[in-house]
Order: sequence, then structure tokens, then C-alpha cells
Amino acid sequence: MATTIKNPQPGVLEAVVIRFVGDSGDGMQLTGMQFTDTSAMFGNDVATFPNYPAEIRAPQGSLYGVSGFQVHIGSIEISTPGEDLDLLVCMNPAALKTNLSALKAGHTIIIDTDSFTKKNLEKALYASNPLEDGSLNNYRVIEVAMTSLTKESLKELQGLDNKSITRSKNMFALGMVYWMYDRDMNHTLDFFEKKFQKKPLIAEANSKVLKTGYFFAETLELIPNSFSISPSKMPKGTYRIINGNQATAWGFLAAAEKSGLELFLGSYPITPASDILHELVKHKHFGVKAFQAEDEIAGVTSAIGASFAGDFAITTTSGPGLALKGEAIGLAMILELPLVIVNVQRGGPSTGLPTKTEQSDLLQAMYGRNGESPLIVIAASTPADCFDWAYEAARLTLEHMTPVLLLTDGYIANGSEPWKIKSIKDMPPITHKQISGGDSEKWNVYDRDAVTLAREWAIPGTKGFEHRVGGLEKDKTTGNVSYVPENHEYMTNIRAEKVERVQNSIPDLKSDFNEEGDLLIVGWGGTFGSLHSAAKQLNEEGYKVGHAHFHYINPFPKNTEAIFSKFKKIIVCELNNGQLVSLLRMNFTNIEFSQYNKMQGLPFGASELVQKFKTLIK
Amino acid sequence: MTQETKYTFKDFASDQEVRWCPGCDDYVILRSMQKALPEIGVKKEDVVFISGIGCSSRFPYYMDTYGMHGIHGRAAAIASGVKLANPKLSVWVITGDGDSLAIGGNHFIHVLRRNINLNMILFNNEIYGLTKGQFSPTSLIGQKTKTSPYGNTQPPFQPGELAIGAQARFFARIGGNTPKEMTQLFIDAEKFQGTSLVEVLQNCPIFNDGCFKDITDKAVRADKQIHLEHGKPMLFGKERDKGLVLNGLKLEVVTIGENGITESDLLVHDAKEPDPTLHSMLIRLEYPLATGIIRAVEELTFEAREEALTKEVSANSKFKKVDDLFFSGETYEVK
Repeated sequence: MATTIKNPQPGVLEAVVIRFVGDSGDGMQLTGMQFTDTSAMFGNDVATFPNYPAEIRAPQGSLYGVSGFQVHIGSIEISTPGEDLDLLVCMNPAALKTNLSALKAGHTIIIDTDSFTKKNLEKALYASNPLEDGSLNNYRVIEVAMTSLTKESLKELQGLDNKSITRSKNMFALGMVYWMYDRDMNHTLDFFEKKFQKKPLIAEANSKVLKTGYFFAETLELIPNSFSISPSKMPKGTYRIINGNQATAWGFLAAAEKSGLELFLGSYPITPASDILHELVKHKHFGVKAFQAEDEIAGVTSAIGASFAGDFAITTTSGPGLALKGEAIGLAMILELPLVIVNVQRGGPSTGLPTKTEQSDLLQAMYGRNGESPLIVIAASTPADCFDWAYEAARLTLEHMTPVLLLTDGYIANGSEPWKIKSIKDMPPITHKQISGGDSEKWNVYDRDAVTLAREWAIPGTKGFEHRVGGLEKDKTTGNVSYVPENHEYMTNIRAEKVERVQNSIPDLKSDFNEEGDLLIVGWGGTFGSLHSAAKQLNEEGYKVGHAHFHYINPFPKNTEAIFSKFKKIIVCELNNGQLVSLLRMNFTNIEFSQYNKMQGLPFGASELVQKFKTLIK
Repeated sequence: MTQETKYTFKDFASDQEVRWCPGCDDYVILRSMQKALPEIGVKKEDVVFISGIGCSSRFPYYMDTYGMHGIHGRAAAIASGVKLANPKLSVWVITGDGDSLAIGGNHFIHVLRRNINLNMILFNNEIYGLTKGQFSPTSLIGQKTKTSPYGNTQPPFQPGELAIGAQARFFARIGGNTPKEMTQLFIDAEKFQGTSLVEVLQNCPIFNDGCFKDITDKAVRADKQIHLEHGKPMLFGKERDKGLVLNGLKLEVVTIGENGITESDLLVHDAKEPDPTLHSMLIRLEYPLATGIIRAVEELTFEAREEALTKEVSANSKFKKVDDLFFSGETYEVK
């Protein structure tokens, strides 16, 4: 990336990319998260990318059991977890083998040499020891007997078992990295105290190892000097580090409070969406009813029942779960009840790549139901903006009385970044259509608002408004079952028009960097950071490039075609085989679209994008 | 309840024309429900009927209450959401043997396991009616249907047995042609705190006519059925001279006056016994067929547990508003 200074010499850096890699039981996620939090509190902008296997504890030392956590910190705007590593922290041979290619020549590797045993080398399919055969000559290798040093530092601590001792070696590594990047250890020391409140021995051991690593790095001659990254210039305010799933959950909490409705979540555990359920079950004090159902279908249907009874109801899932929920979402759609469906996308089809990211459910979101069944479809684009899009999903469904499908993905769901905390008082108002009583004589179930076409929401307990709704086609006014041909066509059209009219209550699409030019980079959802970085770099290099990112997909913003028409070329970039681009081609037949697609379970790298885009502009 | 809200059965009839086949027991069930609700005394606006798909599932359209005709098999899950959203409502699930025991089997067992305070009326006609005559999960071995022209080869579920396996706290069974008893069972089901399951043996005059006639016909009913009442001896028969005793691990029919048997030798029905062994035996018994409330063991409902937990968590929580949460813990200032 252009914005990352690749200077291995000591000094002030604008941004640094660090990756911690080890066995799936080595605690790499925790290590990475601690480094992220500490850096954010120091005032850096941060972005993270956890990358771990689907197996909880894959066989030790195996290539497929490697778990990694990448973090990008900087004193400048950070919009992706970065590409080329400045530092690779490597806990075993398998981790080295699977991650070395991301490290540029001349950059640094910290290696736990204790793990480079004959057995581990064999498991990693190394014919010879890379520490000895010269294959790391192009890198700056810092060899540390981390496991032995950890054991040594804890030998005086009575009552610790061997397993707990070796498990804390990740803190040795973290301590070293803290010293290298001039981070304060206090945040992590406090974290141990809280997390292991009931196990003071473990807390003490981790603290001791962290400090040992820190002081080891300080005194070790192999590390010449400390690097430092100054705090970044972010807007003033109170911040916290948040990941996409937590932000999604909190967006719904905010929407429930703002709308005055109680939040009901019907859900079934599925990777990578479960963390939204994990978060919401904690908040009974806000009246949240988070119901773990027996399956995906019960997750959505219980939410439909709760919505019928007057709660603000949501259901959360990932691709395979969305497939199971399809029929029920169609029911919510024909009933015209509010409901938000969150799909945290993962690699598909079928079980696919549960822990990896992809954007391949867009067409399922659009069309994955029987009959004419349009939904409002929107997408979040960064970990922190999941908060805003969850809130917006709530506003749309409650104001328009039709289900909203919110797409996020594994990359932004698990990635974290600083979130400038929003107070509920600063959030836009949410009005809902519930009626508390009144003259029921003149009232009909499917009477509609003249502007939005939304019906009113009469809930059980409201005297005089008793009514029946159902999945059968209904009379356009009374809601009673109707098989009249003209009525069915009318209802089909009006349900579609209701979604189309959402165009009137959403903002315009905008193009960042340039409003006209040689190339418009188009994307949607979680690829925002990569596309933004690539566009920024090209503009810095003098190219006239714009970046338009879709958050509203059904309906598209009104000015979409106007934006497109200002650019000589348009490229639509997606982590799928071309789903948004098919929708665009269908809707904007006069415009020509190129496409760039990737299906590796990984996010775009800004440099691959820049390379591709340059071939289009020259 | 005040005078002005004293309802009659007519208050619960909607303006929709009932479209079941002539002679269907569904009419009896509908009327029994419309008669039970005024007795229960719940306000009309607080009643919700939720159904799945099938003949039975048209039921909500005919009740002038709140109602939803859902999708196939999912009524129990939809109703769970309704009840959890507003526990004050009187929630009824209307379902059939295909709806609940085939496509919706998962929701059927889990609603019973959780013990959510709602009532399920299972219309069992041992056939698929709305799709015109295929065998169902309660069809008998050998039964000839559209999809078993040479006889059904799939052994049937006994709904009550399945329910008890899923920890049902309330199970009752009734013939589809006995409205008075049915009305009473609906009242009892609503009064019971927890998931109440009432199986109605419902004749389908078109696709499975007479499937229960050997048990439910007026002429044979008293001899072929034992209508159980809690605390009463297990006595049946036109002459009230037959009863049930336990012989080893089996129920046995005895005649009073024969072999020195007196009424005091008969088993006394205990619907409130937590151990379901005898209830299961009664459910499986073919002669006489047990009707009435077979099991009614009250236990904390799911929503009561949730409510207590919510109160406790709320009392101990420092978060009253979402802002308290958002600004709590590890935040930092950018100046």
C-alpha cells in the first residue's frame, strides 16, 4: 500500500501491519485483539483481520490449523487491515510456511525457535529447517526461544500446571511487540486482572510473561531500537474499538430504544453470525428478548410472531440459514410486517467456507424466495458502520412495514476498528406504524399510507382491531383471503411499489474522490476499505478515479445512473462471481460495466486492485 | 369481567364463510372453541390463533380474534414468538397431524420441551386432506392412500407418546364428535399454565371417512373409550362395570364383580403425577382408548423463567439506557 512506509529503519512510521500467527490453540486472536485495543487507546487508527480455521482445535502443528490475526495501525487514516506485513510473529513452522509469502524481503519475523522441532517441521512439510537452510536470509529474523523463556520466567510461581505455563507464551510475543512499537502494557495488565479475577495465579503468570517479553526485547541486542507510531488525527470525540457483529447488535439496541419498542431476536447459532446473538443475550436489562430457537426456520418464524404481537423483531444468520428462512421471509413480506433479517455472509455454496468471507449471497437476498417477493436490501461496509446500517434497517422496516435484509460479511463482522461512539440523542428519529386504538369501524387491515404505501400495525391487545392475516393472497383492503385474479396482480404490484418508493427516503449515491473521470470503481458491502484505499492511491498518483459504494441495493438510489454516466469506464468489484454487476446490467442497460471478481474467501488487496484498475485506464 | 364484555359464542365468529367439507369434524371443533372462549373469560382482543398449513389451519380465519395463517409446520414457532413478545395474550396453535408431526415436527417437540404457556389443538385425521389424500405420520400400517396405493408401510406416530417424549406437561385427547367434552378440555387447556396439547380425533369424511368410528361412534363410545378424570377411578363401559388395573407392567381391563373385583381395586387416575410412565401406558392403550386429560403436571413456564431472570439481571445491571452501555468500559478520548 502506498500509505504504508516500508522502512525497516528505526524512526517514526505512518502505519504498520503486523500479523500474529500460530496454532489455533496458541491464543493468536487474543494477542492480536490486545495489541489492537492498546494501539487504539494510544490514539492510532486501526483495522483488523482475524483469519482462523473452522476447526476449533485442529491437530497441533498442522498447516490447516494455523490461526492468524492481522492488525494495521497508523497515524493516518486506516481503511483496511493492510497487505504487506512489516512484522510477522510466528509461533510454529506451520505458521511460518503459510504466512511467509505476505512478508516483503527485508522485513522482520519473530520466531519461537522452541517450536521448530523435527516433528513440527515434518507436520509443516518442511524438508529442512528454514532457520538453518538459508531460506530466511532475505528477512530480518529474530529468533527467540519463547517457550523456554516463558517456562523459565514462571518457574518460581507455585501451583501452575505445564499447560497453563506454555499457553502463556503468546504474551511473551505480545510483550516483545509492545516494546518494539512503544506501547503501554497497562491496558493488557488490567485486562488480565479482570478476566482472571477468580484465577489470580493465571493473571499473575500472564502479567509476568508479558513483562518478561517486554524487558527481553528491551535488553536484547538483536532488536536495535524502538519504533514508534504517533497518534493519528481522527475527529475529536469518545471512541471505542468495535467489531462488526457487536456494532450490528448495538445498532439494533439503539433502534429499539429510539423507537420505544422492545427488541426481539429469534436466532440459531451459525458462523460467523453467532456473535450478534451472543451480544444481544446479555442485554435483558434493556428488555431484549433474545430467543435461541431450535433451528433457522424457528428463528425467523418466532420473530414474525413477535412482530405480529408488536415487538421490533429481527433474525440473524449466515448464507445457509438464509436459504432455510426463505419461505418464512416471504410470509413476513406478504403479511407486510416489520422484520430485519441480518445475513453475515460467508463463503458458499452449501457449507462452503464458514470462517471465510465472501459476498455471494446478494442474489439470494434479492430473489431467494418463491413468488414475487421483493425486500429492501441494504449492506454495511465497515465494522463500525454496521451500527448505522442496523439502525437504518430498523428505521426502514418500521416506517415502511416490509422486511429489510441487511447484508454484512465475515470480514467486517470479525474485523474491528475505532468507533466514534454515538449517543442515542444524536440518532435520527424512528417512527413506527403501531396504532393504540381509535375508530376501528372505518379501519381496514390493508389501508395504506399515501406516500409510503405502508399499512398500519394493529397488534393483539388492541380492542376493536381484531383481524386475521395469512400467507394466502389477500383482498387489497380487508385482508381477507382473495383469489380474484385482478386483486392478485394489484397486490403483487403494490408490494413491489412499496419497496420502490423507499427511494424517496434514502440519500443519493455519491462518488468519492471525483464526480467524473476516467474510471468509476463500484462496490458494495465489506469491500469498502480495499476499494477506497485503491482509489485513493490512484488519485494520489494522478489518475482521475471515483469510488461509488452501494449501501442501498434494493432499491438503488435515484441518482445511480447519473453518477455512472459521468465516467468513461466503470468497474464493479465483488467477492463473488458478479452478482451486483448482473443487477446493474439488468437495471442500467445503456451502460457498460467491467467486472473484477475474487472468490478465495479473502478480502481484496488494495495492490491487486490498483494493478487491475491501471490496465483499464491506460 | 364486566357485564358489557360477557360474550357469547357468536362474538367469536368472524364474517368469513366457513369452507370446510360438509360433515367434517372441524365444524365441531370450531363451535366448541367459540363456546369455550366466553367461559374462559378472556377479552377478545387478547386472543390470538396461529395456524400452519392444512385443512385445520384455515381455523383462524373463522375466529373473530387476532389470528395468523402461517406457513407449513411453523405455527408453534410463530406462536412462541407471539407469546414471548406479549405473555399476557391467550395464544392458541391450530395444527394437524401433517403440519405438526411431519414438516413441523421439530417445532412441535421444542415448544413442548420449553413449556411456553400456549395451547395447541392437534387435529388428527390420519391423512393429508388439503393435498387430497396422501398418508400422514399418523396413518396406519396398511392404510391405502394416494401415496400408498398398496398399503402404507411407514409405522405411525402416537402423538401423545411423542409429546411425552418431548416432556409435555399437559396432554389431552378427545373424539371429534363430542363437543361438550371438547369445550371443557379447551377451557382446562387454557387454564393450565404451560404448553397444553389437545389431540382431537377428527374424522375426514372425504379422504379417511370412518377412521375413528369404531371408537368414537355414539353407539360404541362408552364401551370403547375411557374418559379419564383426575382423582377418579378408571372406570368405563355403558354399564360402568369395566375398569383398569395394573398387572405387572401392563394395563389390564377387568370387570367389576368378576373374580372378586370391586371398584376399589381399580387404578385411580392421577394426571398430576410427574412420572409419565402410567400416562404413556394410557396413551398407548388401544382398548379402551383413553380420552380426557391424561397428563397435567404444572411446572414453571419458559416465559416465567425468563421474566424472573430479566428482573434479576435488570436489578443488578448498571445499564439503564443504551448510552450507559455504549460509553462504558474501554473507551478513549481523541482530543
